[in-house]
Amino acid sequence: MAEYAIELAGINKSFGPVKANRDINLQIKQGTIHGIIGENGAGKSTLMSILYGFYQADSGEISINGKNTKINSSNDAIALGIGMVHQHFMLVENFTVLENIILGAEDSQLLSGSISKARSELIRLEKEYELNVDPDAIIEELPVGIQQRVEILKALYRGAEILILDEPTGVLTPSEADHLFRILEQLKAQGKTIVLITHKLREIMAVTDEVSVMRQGTIVATRETAQTSVEELAELMVGRRVLLRVEKGEPNPGEIKLSVQNLTVRDSRGIDMVKNVSLDVRAGEIVGIAGVAGNGQSQLIEAIAGIRAAKEGRVLLDGEPIDVTGQADPAMLRKRGLAHVPEDRHHMGLVLAFEESENSILGYHDNEQYLSGPMLNIEAIRDDAREKIEKYDIRPANCRLKTANFSGGNQQKIVLAREMETDPAVLIVGQPTRGVDVGAIEFIHKRIIEMRDAGKAVLLVSVELDEIRSLADRIIVMFDGNVVGECGPEATEGELGLLMAGVTNDKMAAAE
Amino acid sequence: MAQPYSQLPRWVNYGLIPLVNLSVAFLVAGLVVLAVGENPLRAAVLMIDGAFGSGDGIGYTLYYATNFIFTGLAVAVAFHCGLFNIGGEGQAYIGGLGVAVGCLAFDSIFPWWINLPIATLCAAAFGGLWALIPALLQAKRGSHVVITTIMFNFIAASLMVFLLVDVLKPAGQMAVETRPFAEGASLPRLDWMIEAFGYTIRRAPLNIIFLLALVTSFLVWVLIWRTRLGYEIRTMGHSPKAAQYAGINTTKIIVITMMISGGLAGMMALNPVMGAQERLQLDFVTGAGFVGIAVALMGRSHPAGIIPAAILFGMLYQGGAEMSFEMPAITRDMIVIIQGLVILFAGALEHMFRPYISMFFGRVADSSLKAAPATTGESH
Repeated sequence: MAEYAIELAGINKSFGPVKANRDINLQIKQGTIHGIIGENGAGKSTLMSILYGFYQADSGEISINGKNTKINSSNDAIALGIGMVHQHFMLVENFTVLENIILGAEDSQLLSGSISKARSELIRLEKEYELNVDPDAIIEELPVGIQQRVEILKALYRGAEILILDEPTGVLTPSEADHLFRILEQLKAQGKTIVLITHKLREIMAVTDEVSVMRQGTIVATRETAQTSVEELAELMVGRRVLLRVEKGEPNPGEIKLSVQNLTVRDSRGIDMVKNVSLDVRAGEIVGIAGVAGNGQSQLIEAIAGIRAAKEGRVLLDGEPIDVTGQADPAMLRKRGLAHVPEDRHHMGLVLAFEESENSILGYHDNEQYLSGPMLNIEAIRDDAREKIEKYDIRPANCRLKTANFSGGNQQKIVLAREMETDPAVLIVGQPTRGVDVGAIEFIHKRIIEMRDAGKAVLLVSVELDEIRSLADRIIVMFDGNVVGECGPEATEGELGLLMAGVTNDKMAAAE
Repeated sequence: MAQPYSQLPRWVNYGLIPLVNLSVAFLVAGLVVLAVGENPLRAAVLMIDGAFGSGDGIGYTLYYATNFIFTGLAVAVAFHCGLFNIGGEGQAYIGGLGVAVGCLAFDSIFPWWINLPIATLCAAAFGGLWALIPALLQAKRGSHVVITTIMFNFIAASLMVFLLVDVLKPAGQMAVETRPFAEGASLPRLDWMIEAFGYTIRRAPLNIIFLLALVTSFLVWVLIWRTRLGYEIRTMGHSPKAAQYAGINTTKIIVITMMISGGLAGMMALNPVMGAQERLQLDFVTGAGFVGIAVALMGRSHPAGIIPAAILFGMLYQGGAEMSFEMPAITRDMIVIIQGLVILFAGALEHMFRPYISMFFGRVADSSLKAAPATTGESH
């Protein structure tokens, strides 16, 4: 058997003028867990897409198990024993587990034969790898952690010997992530080769045997995990030394600036996504909302920001009531001192097709300083944008460049500059560093703490537990639309993880 | 990585790519001409000569282009808001009713320079109001404007037949049309403009509305890129979520945009009804509303692109007519095929050659310099 499961030599891939992968050489040993780490846009996903046959490399060689091969489609990849677990699951929500697993691998026109064969095969696989999944459960009724296992089973069912996982822990609670890592260990013990793509340094340290770091389309280093450290990897990813810890002083909370009382938000399907939530944010403090994605955090901040009408409840901004159940009006809230950095930067916070300067007034385009009569005051807008670019170190420093051409971190800085420079009383920040490179994370965290120190009330929502723990002065945990607990920043990851999984103190007490 | 094909030089984006598309369209059209047994080169010469070879040719080309500028602008404004208004045909038709109402009321009272603004306002108001119901249905009920506007084209056509036959036609007259407008609704010709280039013009109805179309193009540019309303329209068009986040009243923007779009389509009627025929006739729009879609697509919804695209289609209309006159094998329907090919390649298949061209420029840019990426974005 060949020593390497995957060997890549001299892989190049460009999209038009953009070089996504440059001269990639990578060797992944049989039966190991190999991590690939890098910032967003470093070319990790492109490389894996080449390996899985979505894209074809412009040049270079791919060898699988020592044999030089061409992978022209995902069918080729599957035939070579490569399986992929995507970041966003590719499952049919209203099918059963079994139906999803045979999807695309049916043997004949009639399903019954395939299904019974798949069932026995599935039971065997589940036993072998200790993946407990009910074959007849409907996908949409399963928690995400289990859905992910279905994805893994799908790959194994197709005979995968090499498993690629793309950012697998983004949607998982810490305990679900731990479980996933145990499964990966199990798979490794059975001789499978696993490629783990992530931007989370801790995961790399926890499970991988070797790690390759990508930066700007190239692999800058490959290390044995045991021989490296989080600091070294971070430095390799960014290309300079990074401060991983946030330094901040003691909070100095003042009066209540934002008060949410008994807020209930119903979504378009008629499901209550936020259930009777109350919270206060004081001037000069950061309140963090922790929780696994999809537990109502997004709907909560959208309701507070006036984007989504709430079903019931009250919001007081600076002591003044706001009609959040009626006509939503983000423009009015902005005028009253509520700034909002939305979670969805690409569709909500920015118009990617706009010039940078046009985005730097989004939501504030009614302000007199940007207008002269019904006309936009282009000069004033561009001057203002240039000032913000300078102050927030937005690169490239060109206010006429199309926003889509900025990196994730710089795009986020455009939003932050716009929302912070209006000197708001309350700042709502959703996922401030999602898809943002490590270098910019440092800057963004600093700015958020500066806002706090300047006496602003900051409400922070993030699915990154580390971020919440290092920034927030108080942490509120949401699960299934409810606030299930509140703790200080000293709470351990274990405690928070339990809360995020919906295990409250009462339940724990009851269990004991 | 977000948009791999985004950083092309402007001359490539706005010049080379449309030119390549157009060349392919004409190449395929040439094959069609060959297939019916005519010489494509001679056909091309006939077409260009018919469109630009004489004063009347140029006059007709620009006359048709005037129609297409208005309908192209109408489609473009809606595009910027993310709306696909394919009801330009009906809106222009109803706009013609507005022109007729204005002219019939005042043509024997005021001189043309008072009647023109009145007719313009009527045309825009009628066209705009014809777009109002589809706009409201879209904004309030989510009924897609593509469906509703095209249905309104049929309603407009039927309504106009009824009005012309039963209401507007003078009693005892055979032709289904209004009475001819009086002297006061007769617009100045632009013969002097053609004559300045040494051509003579006899029949072509090129009139002052052509200049109005150019002025309107400029005003549309100002509206879209220099006003607050235009900013809100574009925000809505690119990302309804961002518009909502920015506190823009999306219902209002959809309704206003559709009415501006309908108004622009309605203004197209000024050219044939007031500028040429000086009476309201059946079916005067003759597909200009639909050509507007192709013009807007080809012109990238930008007035500076719409004007040349409109002139190109004016050339196809005028030159095509001349060509079918000279070449018996090429019928009127063949001209429609050629126009269709242009629409297909320049509009619908706009992205067919783009990846290859941008890949080529990617290589060129890469080998020539490794320095900072091109820094001017799409600007206006």
